[in-house]
Formats: sequence, structure tokens, C-alpha cells
Amino acid sequence: MSIKKFALIFTSLKLTCVLLACSIVVVFVGTLAQVDDGLYAAQAHYFRQWIIVGAHLFGRQIPFLFPGGYLIGTLLLVNLICAHIYRFQLSTKKIGIQLTHAGVILLLVGQLATDMFAHESQISFAEGQTKNHSESATDYELVFRNGDEETAISSKLLKAGDELKIDSLPFAIVVKTFWKNSDVNFRAPMMQNAPPLVSNGVALDFDFMQKPDVKTTDEKNIPTAIIELIGQNNSLGDWVVSDWSGEASLVETVQNSYAQQVGADMARNIASKLAAPQSVEINGRKFIFVLRPTRIYHPFSLTLLKATHAVYPGTDIPKDFRSRVQLKNPQTGENREVEISMNHPLRYKGLTFYQYQMSAGEMVERAGETPSSVLQVVRNPSWLTPYIGCAMVAAGLLIQFLTHLVKFVSKRKTK
Amino acid sequence: MKKIFQKWFPPILMTVMAVWFFSQLQPPKDKDFAFGEFGKLPVIYDGRLKPMDSLARNSLLQLREKQTLNLEPWKGWNENPKIISATEWLANVMMNPQIADAWPVFRVDNPDLISLLKLPGKNESQHQDGKHYSWNQIAPSLDSLEKENSRVEKIESANRTAYENAVAKMHGRLELYAGLKNAVQPADAQDWPAELAAYEKLIPDGVAAVKAQQAGQKFDQTNFDAFAAFIQEFQFMSNLEPPLILPPNGSGDWRRMGDALLDAPRGVAIDDSIRDYAKMAGALAANQPEKFNAALKDYYSTLVPTQAKALAKARAEVFFNQMQPFYNAMVIYVLAGLLAIFSWFNLSETLRRSAVWLIALAFFIHTTGLIYRMVLEGRPPVTNLYSSAIFIGWGACLLGIILEKFHKNGIGCVVSAGMGFITLIIAHNLALTGDTMEMMRAVLDTNFWLATHVVAVTTGYASTYVAGFLALIYIVRGVFTKTLDEATGKSLARMIYGIVCFATLFSFVGTVLGGIWADQSWGRFWGWDPKENGALIIVLWNALILHLRWGGIIRERGLVVCAIGGNIVTSWSWFGVNMLGIGLHSYGFTDAAFKWLSLFVASQLGFIALGLLPPRMWKSFSARA
Repeated sequence: MSIKKFALIFTSLKLTCVLLACSIVVVFVGTLAQVDDGLYAAQAHYFRQWIIVGAHLFGRQIPFLFPGGYLIGTLLLVNLICAHIYRFQLSTKKIGIQLTHAGVILLLVGQLATDMFAHESQISFAEGQTKNHSESATDYELVFRNGDEETAISSKLLKAGDELKIDSLPFAIVVKTFWKNSDVNFRAPMMQNAPPLVSNGVALDFDFMQKPDVKTTDEKNIPTAIIELIGQNNSLGDWVVSDWSGEASLVETVQNSYAQQVGADMARNIASKLAAPQSVEINGRKFIFVLRPTRIYHPFSLTLLKATHAVYPGTDIPKDFRSRVQLKNPQTGENREVEISMNHPLRYKGLTFYQYQMSAGEMVERAGETPSSVLQVVRNPSWLTPYIGCAMVAAGLLIQFLTHLVKFVSKRKTK
Repeated sequence: MKKIFQKWFPPILMTVMAVWFFSQLQPPKDKDFAFGEFGKLPVIYDGRLKPMDSLARNSLLQLREKQTLNLEPWKGWNENPKIISATEWLANVMMNPQIADAWPVFRVDNPDLISLLKLPGKNESQHQDGKHYSWNQIAPSLDSLEKENSRVEKIESANRTAYENAVAKMHGRLELYAGLKNAVQPADAQDWPAELAAYEKLIPDGVAAVKAQQAGQKFDQTNFDAFAAFIQEFQFMSNLEPPLILPPNGSGDWRRMGDALLDAPRGVAIDDSIRDYAKMAGALAANQPEKFNAALKDYYSTLVPTQAKALAKARAEVFFNQMQPFYNAMVIYVLAGLLAIFSWFNLSETLRRSAVWLIALAFFIHTTGLIYRMVLEGRPPVTNLYSSAIFIGWGACLLGIILEKFHKNGIGCVVSAGMGFITLIIAHNLALTGDTMEMMRAVLDTNFWLATHVVAVTTGYASTYVAGFLALIYIVRGVFTKTLDEATGKSLARMIYGIVCFATLFSFVGTVLGGIWADQSWGRFWGWDPKENGALIIVLWNALILHLRWGGIIRERGLVVCAIGGNIVTSWSWFGVNMLGIGLHSYGFTDAAFKWLSLFVASQLGFIALGLLPPRMWKSFSARA
């Protein structure tokens, strides 16, 4: 087969049809798979994938070999661009079709860019609290703090058996175990307990155990690791680091769950033990360390002034969620109030802040808790592409079909 | 003579149907008790201000899947069973439960549930139809139902058996009924006006007794006990979360009767609205229509100065309920569809024109209903599954009318009538779950996106269905009859092609707008959520059809067969993915809707198979040769 013939395959309409048919199959199977695998796993297996090997449907494994979402998308893109270069002719007759396809190209490219560059994190705060950072919902970091100096190690680097040496730290870190998802239990005194995981810090009071990874979007993995810190010539001991102690809201969850069993005071005591900082001393320098959601620091701060959760009268149906926030930016001298609500995000400095979750309203007030709010923070440099792409395709299709329609109607009239 | 008949029959037929429709707008006159007027009182339930009439109808729909109550269900329809209006039933449940509790208002179909509740089977001589039961018949078995329900509650709804679903549903129905019984007065009140007066008189002494008891001083035991009994009773009323029937006292919100009574000892006086309701209850229980009507009138006149808007809205909704536009439109669609189909066989222009006139009338009623609903809700046309069915039917009917205008061959008529009828049947069944004008949750509370994204997507659904419906006509007429001549076949194919183009435009724009909405409200354009994927499949399918056609890979028959596939993918997106959402593991197999969806998909696959038959087996094609 000559090169020209091979290149012609990519311009063919038949290939377009095959790819469209394939994409229908992948989207359909990928939807069904969400039932068993959950959204994230199905996305990774079917859509963010070049070749799909095997499918897990209706609770059983099914042999399946098919091009994945990435492959189909890329081929469609190549097909579209090739066909356009090959068949391109500047004429008003074709302008609708060309506009449509250019819009589709923009959408595909934009989604690819989003996939590569977009970044999501969250800000969770109670009324009165100020935050100048957001936290990732999926990534974690092991942080060593000496005074004001922080050294953060991404949890992606924490692989069981690895030894990490970092210039700014006077000790090496040996990762003994890393659990992507874990659970925690208080080691009640006077109970028949197995020996603690390690004989230092938080592990003395708490048992940590591995749990299967989460499947749905409304749950999240809570990692725990066992590490050993080794100084120049001696070990500084084995330690358990866990997001259960590193994330304030999780500590609160643990406290609330114990409050029912052992009473509020005991529960508070348990929570303070879970959150107690762990540290080592070497050469007279003290290092506090913690495993927590990865932080992204911003050059501005947000203060939650008021969280509102309204319901329809006589029901629990949510009517409105909104957060009133004070935005302070010392660089620009800005200091203003903004309101963020469902469907009305705040766009600022290339970031978009969305109302995400909320714990406020009558129930919270009655329980005597401080209302709090969670904002979703998204950096997506290509957020505009769907808007433009959609407008282009809509205009293109409209031009195309209207010219057809006008022709059809005038033909009937002349008949 | 014949000419005159041909000219005038269609408009006369339409006029007859129009008179039939308009004659129903007049509500039946109240005989003694002014239940019709009672139906116009505003209440708040499910977070929405509505008339008692709507509350009554929606509650009856939930309890027995009808908007009226048949008091003698054991009688055949031709034996003239006594049927009462929803408001008459509701007034009695709220204020005269001794009577209402004996009415057969609960529909029970599941045989296992019937035996759990120890209900009698069908027995006409003992006035049992084996399906409808009263509160009094069910009440003795409440404990066993409660026990079963607390077991069922722990099972995920998707994994429940039909029996367990029936238990949960019955429990919900009984809760609703108990709530209604405690909306105006404590359900077991014997003489509510007297009890209310006694309570009011007792308040000072009762409060004193409670205060003394709390301070550890001597207190009057009789007063204390009597007062505590009242409080307990009213707390029980409130806990059932009944409708909020009392207007705001001053500036606040609408109130529940139980809450208002509990507020009385805290210094919020018992006001006229409470007393008027008590008077109505007393008069109804004592069977004194004049007194009831007088109390009702009093109450109404107290609302006029402060609640004019609420009253107007309630009245408007009562008129809408009485009009039943979608049901009436459905009846006319059926008639029109039959006429249009007959017109294909004897090729009678008069029949076709009659169909056109009737469809115009049905479409007018359908449109009126759609707009009336939008005004009542203050929302764009589509806000939930129910209204999507209404809107899809409306859009499809409009497309059919346009097709008929251009082609004048009765095909557009059949599309309008068929799609109108089917979608309104679907809407009717979706309405059985209760109020169809429920309030919008926070994230959906945006008229802009409801008006753009949702309308575009449902227009895409409607047009994809129209293309599929045209394809069905092509296949049925082609395979089974000789009426599909070459010209008709060509014009059908051209219609399908045009509609697919239209569908591509709207489903694409609607889907992308949905992505933009998602980007606006939680920061991601595309999340591969089942509903998003369903819409995407429609876009891809329509795009595939167009490309296949442009590439010459399919021609007339191929186009027709592919368009039927559009019916399947659209139904998947409209209903199928919702069942995935509910049914994490069992795919909602127990769901009645799942059965219908499967049947529909199977039937469409059957039509595709027919479409793939070789041309010589098509009656029309062999007739042409």
C-alpha cells in the first residue's frame, strides 16, 4: 500500500462512521460499568484509556477488547483535520459544515487540554475562619515542619519499601507500608488489644487498618502510612502518619462518632489524642510531621462571613446555598465582600470558586455547631473552549440546515 | 350535497369536540356542603403553595392512582357506583375522620401485602373488590406493617422485592394519610370546637401548673395532667408533618395547626383562622352544611386582605385542575389519529382534513395547558420527568403539524396524534407519584439554564422520536400494506432526513449547554455522568446517521432502519439511565417502568428486523414491481 493510499484512509468518511459507532459503544458500556465499578474507575478504564481490555458488567468479568476513549478521540481528531485539509474548498456552500467541524475540533482539543491542565482543590472553612490555601481532594502530602520552614513530599512518592532522602531534612524516610484507604479505631484502655502498629506517637492510642478503595464520587480515600525516620547513624523510630490525624474535618468525624458511644467529654479527649502533633528531634532541631491533603497556597485570602442554607417551608428540600466571603489580596490592596452561590461562582485570578458543600441552616444551629462551607476551587485554562465550540457548531449546523430548508421550500413553491 | 359535506364536516367535528371540552370547564355545583369552595383554600405542602383541591387530588393519586374516590369499588362501572370528588374526601379526612376512615381509599395490589395486613379478598356480597381498602380495615395490622417496614427500610431500594417495595409504598401512604388526618384537628378529637375552647380556657392554669411543677412547688395535678395531654396530642400532630394550613400570623411563614396550638401557651394568641377551621370541623362532623359554609366564608374573608395573591394562585390552580388539558388533549389526539390512519386506506381527503382540524384543537388545548403550567410555576416548560413528557409530546406534535402543512398526506397528522397520545399517557403515569409541580432543588433553581439547556435537550428528544415515528410508519405501511408508493416513500425519507438534521442541532446544542451549566455550577464541563452520556449517545447516533447518509453507505431503507435506532437511544437517555441511578445492582428490575422500557426496546428491535427484510417481502415494493 502506498503512503498516499494510507493517508487517504484518514480522510475517509467511512472511518468517521466507524469511529462514531465505536464511540457510541464505548460511551454505552462505560455508562453501564459505572453501576459496578463506580464513576472514577469506569472513567479510567473506558474513557481515559487507549485500549480497553476486559469489561466488568452486571457483576461479572466479560472478555472485551476495544479502542478506548483517548484512541477514538485522537483518531476522530486526525480524521477530521485530514478530511478538512484534503477536501478543503473555500465556498459559501460549505461554510456551515466547516464551521461545525471546526467547532467539534475545538471541543475535542479543549477537553484534552482540560484533561491535562485543569486542577481541582477545595477550601473548607467555618464562619469566621480565614484561609489562604485550598486543599486537594485526591492528593496528599507528607509535611515536615521546622519552625516556619515546611518540606512537603507528595504521597505519590510514598511507595512501600522506598527510602527517601531529601536535602532539607537531616534524616532519611523509609516507607514501610502505604495504604491508599484506611480506617481508624481508638485503642480503648483495659481492652484486649493486639500490640500497637508501632510503639511511637498516635499509634499508641489508635489502630489503623487498610480498607478497600472507594468507588463513588461522594466518598474519598483516606491514606495512612507507616514510616521509619533514620538519622545519620541511628533510627528515630517507626511512626504512623495518617490523614485521619492530618485533616481537621476527619478528626471531627471521629469525635462525633465516639460522642454517641462514650459521651462528649471522652470523645473530645479521643479527638485531641488523634490530632496531637507528632515530632522528632535531631541535632537540637524539632520536626513536626503530618500527612494531610496537598495544599495549594494563594496570594490572597478568603474569610467565610456567613453560610446560608435555606429550605422550602415545611420541608427539607434545599432552596438555596450561599457563602458570603471576604476577599483580601495584599498585593492589589483588594478587600471586598463577595457572594458565592449555586450556579454563581466567583472567578478570580484564573481560579473559579464554586459553592460545593455546606453545613448550615436550622439543624446546624440547633446542634450548636458553627456553620461551615466548602468551596470547590478549579483552575482550568481552557474553560472557554466549550462556550466557543458550542457557538460555532450551533451556528454551523443552523446555516447548513437553513440553506437546505430554504432550498426545499422554494423548490416546492416553484413546483 | 357531497361537496358541502366534505367542506363542512371537518370544522363541525372540531366544533363538537371543542364544545365538549369547554363544557367541562364549569365545575359541578356544590349541593349542600361547599366542598368546591373548600378546594380553593390555599395551603402549603411539599414546600409549595397550592389549593386544597391540588392537595386532595395529588394525595388521592398517591393513595389510589385516581383523582376521584369511588366509594363502591365492588360495583361495575355500569352499575353506577357512587363517586365523590377529591376535595369532599379530603375535607372529611381532615375534619370528619369517623366517616372517612371507612372509605376504601387505599389501593393494595400485592397479594403478599394483602395477606400481611389480613385484608379480605374479593367478595361482592360483602362489598369487597379485593383491591381497595379503608383505614379501618388496615389499622388493626399497623404493628405488623411497621415491623416489616423497619426491616425493609434498611434494604437499598434497588435490591427490594416487589413485596418489599409494596410495604415501603404502603407505609408512605399511611404516613401521608395520618398527616392529613392531623392537619386541622387531632385525629381522635370527638368534638373539636369544644376541645379547642377547653384548651384555650386551660392555658393560664395549665402554664401555672407546669411552671410550679418545674420549680418544685406544689401544683394542681388535674390541670397539669389535662394540659400535658393536650400538649402531647399537639406535638404528635406536628411530628406527622402535615400540610401548613394556617396563614402567617403577622409577618412570619405559613403554620402547621399543631405548631400554632403549641405556640398558644407561649403567648401567641389563638387566632381566627384556627377557630374558623374548628367551626368547619364541628359543622362537618355534625352534618350542618349551612354552618360549615358560613365558617368557610368567614375564613375566606379573613384571607382576602392579607393573602390576596395566595388566594388568586390557588383559584387559578383549581381552574387548571378542573380543565385537565392534557387528559382532554389526549382523547382528541386518539380520535384524530384514527381518522388520519383511515384516510390512508380510502385516501379520503375529508378524513385527512378532519384529522388536521382535530389536531389543531388538541394542540391548542395542549399548548394552553403547557403555558398555564408555566405561569403557575413561574418556570420554563420542563422542570421534571413529568413535564418533559408533556413538552416532548408538544414539540413532536408541532413538528407533525409542520410536516402535514408541507406534505399534506396524513403522515404529519399521524405523527402529531401518535406522539401526542403516547407522551401524554407516559405523563399520566408519571403523575401517579404525586405533585408534579414540586419545588426545584437549589442546584436546579435557575430559570436561565432550565429554559436553554433543558428545552434544547428535550426538543432534541422530541425530534429524534419524530424521525423514529416516521420510520415506523414507513416500515409498517411498506411491509404490511400496499399504500407506500414510491412518492410516499421518498417523501417519508426526506422528512426523516430533515428531522434528523434538526435533532442533531438541538441535541448537540442542548448537550453542550448542559456541560456549560455543569461548568457554571460545579466547575467541570464533562463528568461522564450517566445522564450526560445518554445525551451524548443521541448526538453521536444522529451524527452517525447523517454521515452514513452523506457517505452513501445507507440509502432510503437504511436511513429508516437507523432512525428507529434513534427511538432506542432516546428512550435510554430519557428513562434508562435513571433506572441505573436507582438500581445500583439490580438495575431496577422490579420497577414497572423498566418492564415497559424493555418491551419498547424489544418492539423497536422487532421493527428494525422487519426493516431489514429483503424488498420482495415488502407488500408495497412487490406491488410497485
